[in-house]
Amino acid sequence: MIPQAVDYKRAGSVSEAISLLAENPDAKILAGGHSLIPAMKLRLNSPSLLIDIARIAELRFITAGDGAVAIGAASTHNDIISNADIQSRFLAMVEAGELIGDTQVRNMGTLGGSIAHADPSADWPGVLLALNATVKVEGAGGTREIAAADFFTGFFSTALEEGEIVTEIHIPNPVAGANSSYQKFLQPASRFAIVGCAVAVVITDGVISEAKVAFNGVSGEGAFLDEAVSTALLGKAATLETIEAAVAGAAEGIDINEDHYASKVYRKHLAKVYAKRALVAACEL
Amino acid sequence: MSNKFIGKSIKRVEDKRFITGHGRYTDDIVLPGMTYAYILRSPYAHANIKSIDTSEAAAMKGVVTIMTGEEVGHYGVPCGWQVNFKNGDIMKEPPHPLLVKDKVRHVGDAVALVVAESREIAQDAAEAIIVDYEVLPAVTDASKAVEAGAPQVHDSVPNNICFDWEIGNPKAEVDEAMASAAHITSLDFVNQRLSPNAMEPRSYIGHYDNVYDRYTLYTSTQNPHLIRLLMCAFVLGLPEHKVRVVGPDVGGGFGSKIYHYTEEALVTLAAKKTGRPVKWTETRSEAFLTDAHGRDHVTFAEMGFDTEGKIVGLRIKTFANLGAYLSTFSTAVPTYLHGTLLQGLYTTPKIHLDMTCVFTNTTAVDAYRGAGRPEATFLLERLIDLAALEMGIDPTELRLKNFIAPFDGVTQPGYQTNVALQYDSGNYHGVLARGLEMLGYEDFRKEQAEAAKTNKLLGVGFSTYIEACGIAPSAVVGSLGARAGLFEVGQVRVQPTGSVSVFTGAHSHGQGHETTFAQIVADRLGIPMENVEIHHGDTESVAFGMGTYGSRSLAVGGSAIVKSLDKIIEKGAKIAAHKLECSPDDIEFADGKFTVKGTDKSLTFGDIALTAYVPHVYPANLEPGLDFSSFYDPTNFTYPFGCHIAVVEVDKETGATKVKRFIAVDDVGNVINPMIVDGQIHGGLAQGIGQALLEGIEFDSTGQIINASYMDYAMPRADDFPMFELDRQVTPCPHNPLGVKGAGEAGCIGSTPAVVNAVVDALWSGGHKVKDVRMPMTPERVWTAMQS
Amino acid sequence: MPKISVTVNGTSYSHEVEGRLLLVHYLRDVLGLTGTHVGCDTSSCGACTIHLDGKSVKSCSLLAAQADGSSITTIEGLAPEGELHPLQVGFKEEHGLQCGFCTPGMIMCAADLLEHNSTPSEQEIREALEGNICRCTGYHNIVRAIQSASGQLETAAP
Ligand SMILES: Cc1cc2nc3c(=O)[nH]c(=O)nc-3n(C[C@H](O)[C@H](O)[C@H](O)COP(=O)(O)OP(=O)(O)OC[C@H]3O[C@@H](n4cnc5c(N)ncnc54)[C@H](O)[C@@H]3O)c2cc1C
Ligand code: FES
Ligand code: FES
Repeated sequence: MIPQAVDYKRAGSVSEAISLLAENPDAKILAGGHSLIPAMKLRLNSPSLLIDIARIAELRFITAGDGAVAIGAASTHNDIISNADIQSRFLAMVEAGELIGDTQVRNMGTLGGSIAHADPSADWPGVLLALNATVKVEGAGGTREIAAADFFTGFFSTALEEGEIVTEIHIPNPVAGANSSYQKFLQPASRFAIVGCAVAVVITDGVISEAKVAFNGVSGEGAFLDEAVSTALLGKAATLETIEAAVAGAAEGIDINEDHYASKVYRKHLAKVYAKRALVAACEL
Repeated sequence: MSNKFIGKSIKRVEDKRFITGHGRYTDDIVLPGMTYAYILRSPYAHANIKSIDTSEAAAMKGVVTIMTGEEVGHYGVPCGWQVNFKNGDIMKEPPHPLLVKDKVRHVGDAVALVVAESREIAQDAAEAIIVDYEVLPAVTDASKAVEAGAPQVHDSVPNNICFDWEIGNPKAEVDEAMASAAHITSLDFVNQRLSPNAMEPRSYIGHYDNVYDRYTLYTSTQNPHLIRLLMCAFVLGLPEHKVRVVGPDVGGGFGSKIYHYTEEALVTLAAKKTGRPVKWTETRSEAFLTDAHGRDHVTFAEMGFDTEGKIVGLRIKTFANLGAYLSTFSTAVPTYLHGTLLQGLYTTPKIHLDMTCVFTNTTAVDAYRGAGRPEATFLLERLIDLAALEMGIDPTELRLKNFIAPFDGVTQPGYQTNVALQYDSGNYHGVLARGLEMLGYEDFRKEQAEAAKTNKLLGVGFSTYIEACGIAPSAVVGSLGARAGLFEVGQVRVQPTGSVSVFTGAHSHGQGHETTFAQIVADRLGIPMENVEIHHGDTESVAFGMGTYGSRSLAVGGSAIVKSLDKIIEKGAKIAAHKLECSPDDIEFADGKFTVKGTDKSLTFGDIALTAYVPHVYPANLEPGLDFSSFYDPTNFTYPFGCHIAVVEVDKETGATKVKRFIAVDDVGNVINPMIVDGQIHGGLAQGIGQALLEGIEFDSTGQIINASYMDYAMPRADDFPMFELDRQVTPCPHNPLGVKGAGEAGCIGSTPAVVNAVVDALWSGGHKVKDVRMPMTPERVWTAMQS
Repeated sequence: MPKISVTVNGTSYSHEVEGRLLLVHYLRDVLGLTGTHVGCDTSSCGACTIHLDGKSVKSCSLLAAQADGSSITTIEGLAPEGELHPLQVGFKEEHGLQCGFCTPGMIMCAADLLEHNSTPSEQEIREALEGNICRCTGYHNIVRAIQSASGQLETAAP
């Protein structure tokens, strides 16, 4: 399988990438290429030009600041899971990152590429929702900061405008009592998520004072925050009973995805099971 | 004879090239002036072709030629095995054209071949070909294809029935036995369609030398001679002596590379037409659509028992899906390789199989590792374990009640089954006893009872299997419709300096023949293994051969080599006797020396080799040289057997199954290289367990395969398995000189039902009394079974 | 057409390549390094695994142009000429290969693992191989080969 003919340019900086993109409306940004190139090989996607941003130094960093950890868009999955600041702050990121594809994929694929691609079964979107991340994007018209909840807008779609690229992802530092977890039920062939559940909780004196529960894989519309489950957890003791009661209402009113590995009924059931597992892990029960 | 190598885990001599990246597979070969072919395939399962427009594609720069059914549609590939209808009529054999002219019959059916200067151009051009299709309704399920009003795949095949067939005792006798049964266990099931998935995609290079008027085909095949025979005699009408077929290093076969594929003939024709070498290598996506699939039986089976738990009868109705066209051995698989194994290890007095073989709008189905025998084993072993659950008898006890008693085939006769075969030798109690010991059966049942109180159910499943391999006695298979003999050829050429070249018609694509065969030769001749080189895979160097499948290489191919070795030693003794001035009868040969019995007068093998080629002091009436070729035609099949035990854990919340332990005690007769035999078993187990839990081709209602890639078809991975626990029992084969039975398919034949039985056992332990979970037992299917 | 410069197994090369040329085809067709194989078209099987600047990647899922400026190691260059890498020895000693088609990718993937974790557990080995498919061995002896290469087997199989 061979892609259709395409030109290739390596951008030396974010501004160069942005101007190349502006000059070539049929161009596509190439980061790790691990979503784009497989699609091009199958000729599902045929851009005229690829603008490679993978080696732009200003896009590949992870810095822990006072308020948040900033991750450059071209950081690979492996960069992220092997970073000590991430490991000490965001367990869900490590758990999710380790389950993305395989070592080889994690060495190439990037956080920015994954969220720009916004595959409904991809793992990062759920994690960014649960961790309340902000996505920084830049285009000819300047930069914008978009809350993760506003960034993911549906099936392979995001709030990115034409000519914009993702440059950074900011994840607020955890407060005292915060913990997170990501649990995933793998599709046995592709190993993407049939159900992935990311949770972030804050437990104060044994009581759940903050909770975010996000799913990917569950809905064909993409990753989403399950407000009903979060609400059902708030102010309750961090116990198995609380969790079981809360997850009973998971993925309600959602257009649930269906394929030959998981029907709607089964997927919905799994959503509850995996929400429970993630919450049990995050609450350290 | 010496005893240095046979029975030892000698490291493989072929490994060096593979671990350093120097294996030479077909796609690695580049010939001067080579062009690349791309095949345009049907996106529809069933459609009339109204027109094909190649004009734009043909005009593209770098396109060398385009071929369509118009040009080559009159050539077609044959089926190698004729099976007759119950009423004696010959099976329906519709043509399988190289390129389709009028009607496509499955997704992936070949419509046009583009030859170009590069792979890229060939694909670009193929996409510029315009084909106007009239889409027709498709049928993919064999049991539905025979119904009135089903889409007709071939106009010449009414109701899509290729043939119907039966084997065993007269139906009335079986009906009577079943009527007398105290308990009948019945099971309606599907043995699902699998894609073989050898990791090397098929690859062919056609080459034509116009100076010598000779063709060469490089092909990723399991049997180069068979390909040459079929392509020359039945497809292209080329003289065999003008065609060389080379099967270089081949990256796995598992059956899928036995068959003569249309693309082999196409690249050969294209090479002649263009005067340039033409390479075609399939993509994995194409492999899913065009490599012959395996299994695909829809079965209704019943097993009757008396009040003591003795089996009184077995009655089966099966629809076997052959796909859209007949592949080389496809008709033999559900019949002679399947029906004949329905005795299993049991004394079942009355057996009847009613088989209907059916065309559908799907990829051709043929032998996949085990070929017919896994389906037979699955059927029997599922029924036995299920019957045990239903009757409340321990599944191992139920087996012991029904096992055939041990027999060695030498002092005791072979066992005559009710389904045509005569087993050679067996001790079925032995493998079960050893398996139970390894399992720690009593402790397991306690653990299981504990687990039943938790969220993780435990289950154990047994499978005691037998297979027929060492394929095959030519006269027997000939009487059953085979259109070829199934002997093997082994040539042993001793060079003047005493080194030995061996030419075998068997073909190694992972089995390690270069090592195993050399072990035999080195030991029999008492020489170092380094002095032995095994050649295979080239019709130019190997006299003839039938290739590798059906666990036949050692039992049949190895035996042919042994025959030649015997001739070498016999002739060597004559030469030695002459030089040592005694009678050949007084010469004994051991450890590489020809010795006058009772004396210390001797000559080495090397001395004799030199003398044979420098025959100055030499027996009168004896030809110089030391080079023998032998054909070995076995007198019977060989019958490996064994006991496989799976322990699984089922997650009650999700239905996900994990294989916790897998125990395999196999009896494959004598073992030449235990390391290689274990490796064969491991690989087979992974495929068999893969069928139970992960793999399965699925079609949608239009005949599209919905999981034709590794993103959707679940291939077993390293983290799907525990370390396997293996042991062996040895009951030598009484009828071949090595006493070997064959080990290539055993793992795959025994393991599948063990896993399904284990899952069902786990479910019963949790109070879910289900008969079956359809394979692959995905978490959803297992979970659903627990909801009822 | 992009011009690329790469170092492959210690040798520098410069070529003009088509933008769409996959790295695996560059290695196989342009450089003649056919030890790197193609087993699928969905980036799933790992037969094409090589090291790009010291990290294992699937060369079927990269353009040759993406490798410009990089240093590449393929199976042919894993050990100095005439020598074997401990993993190559391990695969042979433990019968970690049958048809050999997946083997280069398996070894390159395992080499990356051992680089980060010199004594991986059985489970860690199995997880590290999740992007590599073998149809022949059932993985049993591949796991043992890696255990052997990392000095974790008492003795080689008898
Ligand atoms: C075998 C395999 C298994 C996989 N398994 C998983 C899995 O389990 N879970 C999972 O989540 N993912 C999985 N993936 C996907 C993988 O994580 C991809 O790497 C990721 O989705 C895309 O990142 P990339 O850097 O490779 O992006 P690319 O493929 O380079 O780009 C993807 C898309 O995003 C655009 N893009 C890239 N970067 C930017 C940017 N900074 N700004 C704007 N647009 C941009 C591109 O133009 C393109 O449209 C798998 C991939 C493979 C090949
Ligand atoms: S060929 Fe690269 S992953 Fe299969
Ligand atoms: S050894 Fe054949 S695929 Fe692994």
